[in-house]
Formats: sequence, C-alpha cells, structure tokens
Amino acid sequence: MNDMAQRLPAEIPTLDLSGVGFTHRGQTLLHPLDLQLAGCQRTLVMGPNGAGKSLLLRLAHGLLAPSRGRVSWEGRPPRQAMVFQRPVLLKRSALANLTYALAISGTPRRRRTPLAREALERFGLGALEKRPARVLSGGEQQRLALARAWLVDPEVLFLDEPTAALDPAAIQAVEAAVRDFHRRGTRILMTTHDLQQARRLADDIVLLFGGRLVEHSPAERFFADPQSPEGRAFIRGELVW
Amino acid sequence: MKNAGLTLVAIGLTGLSLGVSAQEGDRYITLASTTSTEASGLFDAIIPPFTAKTGIAVRVVAVGTGQAFEIARRGDADSLLVHDTDGEKRFIEEGYGSERADVMVNDFVLIGPGGDPAGIANAESVTEALSLIAEAQTPFASRGDDSGTHRAEQRLWENAGVEPGGEWYRELGSGMGPTLNTAAGMNAYAMSDRATWVAFDNRQDLELLFEGDEALFNQYGSILIAEEPHPHLKHDLAAQWHQWLLSEEGQAAIDDFEVKGQQLFFPNAHPD
Amino acid sequence: MPDEPNAFQTALALILGRDPDLIGIVALSLQVSLSAVLIAALIALPLGAALALWRFPGRGAVVVMLNALMGLPPVVAGLAVYLLLSRAGPLGEFGLLFTPGAMVIAQVILVLPIIAALTRQQVEELHDDYREQLASLGVSRLRRIPTLLWDARFGLTTVMLAGFGRASAEVGAVMIVGGNIDGVTRVMTTAIVLETGKGNLPLALGLGIVLLGLVALVNAAAHLVGETARRRVG
Repeated sequence: MNDMAQRLPAEIPTLDLSGVGFTHRGQTLLHPLDLQLAGCQRTLVMGPNGAGKSLLLRLAHGLLAPSRGRVSWEGRPPRQAMVFQRPVLLKRSALANLTYALAISGTPRRRRTPLAREALERFGLGALEKRPARVLSGGEQQRLALARAWLVDPEVLFLDEPTAALDPAAIQAVEAAVRDFHRRGTRILMTTHDLQQARRLADDIVLLFGGRLVEHSPAERFFADPQSPEGRAFIRGELVW
Repeated sequence: MKNAGLTLVAIGLTGLSLGVSAQEGDRYITLASTTSTEASGLFDAIIPPFTAKTGIAVRVVAVGTGQAFEIARRGDADSLLVHDTDGEKRFIEEGYGSERADVMVNDFVLIGPGGDPAGIANAESVTEALSLIAEAQTPFASRGDDSGTHRAEQRLWENAGVEPGGEWYRELGSGMGPTLNTAAGMNAYAMSDRATWVAFDNRQDLELLFEGDEALFNQYGSILIAEEPHPHLKHDLAAQWHQWLLSEEGQAAIDDFEVKGQQLFFPNAHPD
Repeated sequence: MPDEPNAFQTALALILGRDPDLIGIVALSLQVSLSAVLIAALIALPLGAALALWRFPGRGAVVVMLNALMGLPPVVAGLAVYLLLSRAGPLGEFGLLFTPGAMVIAQVILVLPIIAALTRQQVEELHDDYREQLASLGVSRLRRIPTLLWDARFGLTTVMLAGFGRASAEVGAVMIVGGNIDGVTRVMTTAIVLETGKGNLPLALGLGIVLLGLVALVNAAAHLVGETARRRVG
C-alpha cells in the first residue's frame, strides 16, 4: 500500500471501556470492567477457556453491544478490522475476496484489482489468486483473511485466536503478519492460549479469569512478576484450561 | 457464471417478447364455446375458410357452457357458440346479448358396456332407456358439471320420472372427454354428445347403445354480444363471424365436416 | 392393443416428426415458464434475502404466509388472475386475458412464494455464517443482499429449478387465464388435458413424456452450468 508511512501512535483514538459487562440469558459472562487502550500497543488477552476473551474482543470491535457500561472511542472511531479463529471467506476466488473488501471500503473500481494483487503477493498468496477461497488450506485461508484486513489499513486490528487451528509454519506466518501490521502503525488486540506466543508478541497483557479482568500489566512485568494470584498461577502453568 | 446468468436473463426476456409478438394483431375475435365442439375438431374445419375470406382469426376458448356464459358476461369474449337454448334466451333477456340464432344441431347418444346389462339397446325411447338403467341400478357416469350436456341429461331423467341417485349414479364434475374416460374405466353407462363420442379413442369396452330419439337432439346457437355493457368488444368482427355461420357458405362448411366418415353437426339456420 | 402405438412410440414420433404445431406448443411452454421464473426471481430473490436480514414486527407472520403460499393451488391462482384481468376486473383494460402474458402473471404468482421462501431460508443460514465477518467489514444490510445472494448462488439455482418445475407442470392456472387457445395460448399441459379429453391417451402421454424430457433438459443445463462454476469457484 502507498500509505506505508508509519502512523503516529497518538493519532489512533483511545479505546475506552468503562463499566462494560455482558449478560446472556441471565448468565453473566463478563463482569463490569474498565479498560483503556491507547497508542500503538500490542495487547494480548489471555485466560482460560470461557474466561471471556473472545467476548471482550467482540464488544470492543462493536460486533456485540454491552449489557451494561459503555464502549467508546476518544474523538472518532478508528478504521478497524478483525481476524477470526475460523476465517470467514466468501465463496469466491481469493482475489474476489479482497476486491470485495475494497469495494465495501469505497475504493474506486479500477484500483481494486492491483491493490488486491499486491496484498496477495505480500501474504505469499500470489499464485493462488484464482483459487476458490474455500478450498485453500487452513493456513492459506488465515493469510487471506489477514490480507483482507491489510487492505482495510486498520488503525486497530482485532485477532481472535488466529493461530489456534494452525500448524507451526502457518503460525509463524500469522505472527510475522501481526508484526507487519504493528510496524505499519496498527494497534493490536489479540487473544491467545499460547503463553510463548504472548511472550513473543505482547507489549502488554490483559488477563481474564471467570469473566473478570484480573490483571492488565506491561508484558515484561507480567512475565517477571505477575501482580495477581491468577497471574502467578497462570505463569506457572497451574491454571486449568 | 456471470455470463450464464446473463444468458438466462436474455432467454427469459426473448421469451416475453416472443410471447407478445405471437399475437396476430387486432384482426381476431375471442369465441367462447363448448368443449364438445372443440374436441370434435369442428373448429379446425370451419374457421380456416372464414379467416381466409375475412382476414379475421377466431380464438376459441373451449369451456363448459356455464363458464362460457360467465366469460361473456364479464366482457371477456366477443362471441358465443353454445348449446343451451334456455340459458341463451336468458342471456339475451338479461341484456348481455342482442341476437341469438340457431346454427346447427347434433345429438346425444347413450353409451354403455358392450354387454348392455340394463338392456337399453332395444328401448323404444330415451325415457324408457333411462328407466331401464335406473331399475337395473347399473353404474351411470354423469357429467355433473352444470354444462349444457349435463342440463340436457337432467331434463331427460325428469321426463323419465326418475330422480337419479344412489350408489349407481355417479356425478363426476368433469368435461365430456374425462367423463367418457371414467365411464370406460368403470364400465358405466353415460350420455355423450355424438361428436365427442365419435372422436373419442379410449373406448375400451364401451359401445354406442341407443340413439335417434328426437328428445336427444341438441341445438347450438350463436349469440351476438350486446354493445351496451361492453363497448370495448370487437362487435363488428364478431357480427361478421355470426353472419358467416348463418350464411350458405358457413352452413355448407358445417355440413361438410366429418369425423371417421360420419357427419356430426347438421346445419339448421333459418334464413329470416 | 398391438396395432396401436404406445406412448413412447408416440413421444418419439412427436420429437422426430418436428411437427410445427408441437414445436410452437413446446416453445410457448418454455417461454411462459422461463419468463415467469425469471420475473418471479427478480422479485423473490431480494425479497427473500431482505426477509432473512431484517427483523420487524409481523415478520414471523410473513414467513409463515410465504411458506403456506408455496402450496397455493394453481386453480386458485388462476381464478384470482382471471378476475383481475377480466374486462370486468380492475386490470381489464389492458386486454391481457387469454394471452401468454396472463399465463406468465399467473405462474409468477405460483412461483414467487417458492423462490422467496426457500431463498429466505438459504440466505438466513448463510448469513449466520457471515454475520460477524460482514459486520466487521462494515457491510450495510442493504449491501449484504447482493453479497449473500451471490454466495448462495448454487443453492439458489436449485431453488429456481424448483420454481421452474412448478411453473411448467401446472395446468390449472394457465387453463383458466390462457384459455388453451390453439396456436395462441396452448401449452404442453393444456394440450395434454385436451388430448386426454379426446380419449387420445397415447398422444396425451406422449406429450407428457416430451414435457418431462424438456424439464429434464432445462435441469441438466442448469446442473452443468452449476457444476462447472462450482469446480471453478468452490
């Protein structure tokens, strides 16, 4: 993309979750929490299954409305994209999946195909542009989803366990992509199960446990000296998934 | 895939336009008539000479007599050719028709299983034949659809002093052809117009058992629709058809029409 | 009946004979039913998709109604269209009664609920899959209609074929609004009724076999196009 020039972190609106909670059919899945994310950080959300990680991402991205509290962006909502654990691709060619995203974002028709091809090349999918997206391998599909997000040029990128179902090579490709996004000036909010992945990628860590936010610390401190008992148990690998 | 979709669209649109262009302009009239005349093939014989002479095509909508009257009442037909003289007179009295004329007669015949279990073949009259069927309680298939033929059949039962009913009397609510199909299937007696019977191919065991009684004659009439309730109709063209049917030429065409060597309709227009 | 031709021989003779009357009847059948399916699809596809995407009071009633209308007896549809198009009816002045146009209208009414109801179901299922991704991309509900219709295209082809099957098989509606006029509104099904009435059962059945073959041809064509595309697009 032409606008590879790095954004200033301060340009990205701050995300402010204040008192945000979520209840479904009388069950509280997320207890009211406060969370502020600013700048161009890579925040990794961790916690056992059912802790509310995916829910937190969906609330922040606006896919779900909170039962209580408020999700707001300071100033204006930023350009956002989300990559799901199981990529949802249209039943079209790889190229058409990308030109579709460009059409939605209002890119003029004649610029769509060149931009889409560029993105396919960048994510190592250049040879597959005519392939139906649904017959690509899991890793290829996830890269295509990342390429689609890339074309949106998001200021904030949400990733929900993007590597959970992938083999090591594909995981590496996704992590490289996350770094690329970050270098371009994209704030990252990503959930993961994988402690090692969090060590490799995180600037800061949000730890959820039983629908509660138990800790939000810079990554260095979290791994060296967790502030919460759950954090300490988590680092020691004592938390049951 | 996109191209295939477009092709499909193109086919459909051509279909629509062809459907419209299949009409031959305004030089045609719509004639409401009965299934018996249509099924006999009479129209295929008499319409072409009329069209050749006048350039007017005749589109036949063949339905039951009751429905034919209804179509004409609603202004959906330019002309009527039916066989229910009482109904035709009522149609004129109601102000829907301006003129009615006899065109031709055909006759009804009694059909039944070849063995003739009720023994009607030697009956003196149609009333006797019907009484025999009622006494024997052999199956009888009735149109039961309030058509001209059905109405005629009911009059004949009345004359015979029989109120048909019970398990042997089966009202089908069908046209003439389907009624004959059913009669063939259950080996029943039935009353049919001769034209439909002669042209009918699926006889199985059925045979013509009784004919010739004057009470079985069936008068066809042509009706000119009144201009008053439906000024949009093609009254001029319809009048030409009406006059032609009554003309020497039209009457001769009816006289010449044969199916399997049999004359089915006997012209009987009375010149005024 | 060793001397009489059977239905299959009659059907074969009909096809090989290329009788111009028969060709006219076949062509009109195809034109009327394909036009009806096409027009119905233009309305029913977006309508079904919209029903899948929007929630509004009374939506359940509309869905139930559409499903019920799939079973609308053709005669009833024909009668309703007859009363509409009759000279004495509200649309009488267009003079459409007893024309192919009237037959198309009647068949549109028969086919539209099928396409709309099945489209609603298929699009709703697909949208359950796509909902979050489309929301994430910021796709408006209106814009989702063409997206989902296109992505459901293989299933929807079958839906359209179901509509075509209903249109080409029905006789009750076209008989009433078309009038079975020789050379003008006579189609395969009404010709079959006429020949049955004449007791000419081999010819009636022969025509039936030709009709079946025709419907099979249309289905095969759609299947071929669909399979080729599916292999290409997945």
